[in-house]
Amino acid sequence: MLIFKTILASAILLLSLVVAMYSTLIERKIAGFFQDRLGPNRAGPWGLLQPLADGIKLFFKEEFMPNTADKFLYILGPSLTMLIACLTSAVIPWGPDIVINGQVFSLQMADVNIGILYIFAIVSIGVYGIMIGGWASNNKYALLGAVRASSQMISYELAMSLSIITIVMMSGSLSMRDIVNQQQGFNWNIWYQPLGFIIFLICAFAETNRSPFDLPECETELVGGYHTEYSSMKLGFYLFSEYINMFISGAVMATLFLGGYHFPFIDKLGLSPNAFAFVSFLVLFAKITFFGFIFMWVRWTLPRFRYDQLMRLGWKALIPLAILNVLITGVVILLNQ
Amino acid sequence: MAALTKRSKVVSNKKISFWEKIYLPAILGGMWITLGHLFTKKTTVRYPEVTREFSEIYRGKHVLKRDDEGRERCTACGLCAVACPAEAITMIAAERKPGEENLYREEKYASTYEINMLRCIFCGLCEEACPKEAIFLTKEIVKADYERDKFVYGKDVLLEPFDPLKRIDVSKRQTPEVLEFKKDKNQRHNVQ
Repeated sequence: MLIFKTILASAILLLSLVVAMYSTLIERKIAGFFQDRLGPNRAGPWGLLQPLADGIKLFFKEEFMPNTADKFLYILGPSLTMLIACLTSAVIPWGPDIVINGQVFSLQMADVNIGILYIFAIVSIGVYGIMIGGWASNNKYALLGAVRASSQMISYELAMSLSIITIVMMSGSLSMRDIVNQQQGFNWNIWYQPLGFIIFLICAFAETNRSPFDLPECETELVGGYHTEYSSMKLGFYLFSEYINMFISGAVMATLFLGGYHFPFIDKLGLSPNAFAFVSFLVLFAKITFFGFIFMWVRWTLPRFRYDQLMRLGWKALIPLAILNVLITGVVILLNQ
Repeated sequence: MAALTKRSKVVSNKKISFWEKIYLPAILGGMWITLGHLFTKKTTVRYPEVTREFSEIYRGKHVLKRDDEGRERCTACGLCAVACPAEAITMIAAERKPGEENLYREEKYASTYEINMLRCIFCGLCEEACPKEAIFLTKEIVKADYERDKFVYGKDVLLEPFDPLKRIDVSKRQTPEVLEFKKDKNQRHNVQ
């Protein structure tokens, strides 16, 4: 059991790292396609070795540290961001149970009964990585970026949690596996909670600091935002964790709203339990890929929000809407009893 | 008041409607447009493997033409140098010696003929000024270099190869006016 958990943990970590690595390439490719270009195509066929080249470049870059920086916090920042990004995947059910030698194994690291709460707890620690990094750099742009990041993430977390409450009300459980198992076949939550889904999606953009909410980075006015003073692999960690976050938030959204690894008719194909688990995992992966594409699609379509617009959208539009959604869901549940 | 142009529009300052205020339809519209770009033909030219197609009348590096028998057409009259707005062309004239009739077409020729490619603006006025159809601009491009003095191209670079197979085709640059000029029998070089 312990061996299986170790293998699963390594596999999930490796998967999210490889996915994040290739997301950078896919992002650049998609950016190119959207702008009628081809994107990177020099390193290997179709640019497949590009992430490797980027990684090697980042490792061999000069490790620069400002004289006035707080050395301990300066290193802690990117490490914390990376750690948090990798931690979130622990409660996501990657597929139905598999059977090896008559023993049943669950394709989920930890089926904690407060899965959603765990995700929110971890994600809200994520802002510390950015805050600490921006503060420790001792640079005004980095500090401004960090301040923006923290206020943005705190305001959007509220609307995000409120939109999830409706899911919890419907399923009556905080466990991710329970929520997934209630969405058998095509009985997905998105059909019952379209408004909640849209709110969650918008908040996910803000939480992962992706455009149009990439104000913490904001190249045009803040140089590089919170990572202005970072170079080498410490910068790489920040950039990398953004892609891991994207992957994980795609997984969370697929799990909560798009039925996780469920898809109509695959349970009627008559597959063996292990093959069924594998196909289910592929379904989940396809859904995550779909979300990844949406993240990139939006980034290369919409311009960045102004800071006051961002705050107004969060506090004056999304939170009231999310509360209204909770209210409507409550009324409908009461009427159905 | 009459509008100054036909294209002027009356700007309305009306409040945006609720439908516009929720932004999502406009955002979806924008995303639809970018999605369309995903499938359009890409404008990128994969350079080392594919080269961009040049126009037939591209104005690139000059060529000093020879006539059909391989004799230099240029008589060092200096009209191209006079016409050149960038003052890029210099030449030194020399007289043809007996026995050199197979090299130079007329009694006078250019012993040195230099174009400074850093000054040249590739306007083609030299070609227009030339009464002997001796200088033409070609599709070939002037390559980059590290030294400035290497951009002064002499006759060794500019002159058309003697080999009939390696002749440079400039027929596309011979405009109707040029062809008309060719028929003028008052010009000695047009008399065969």
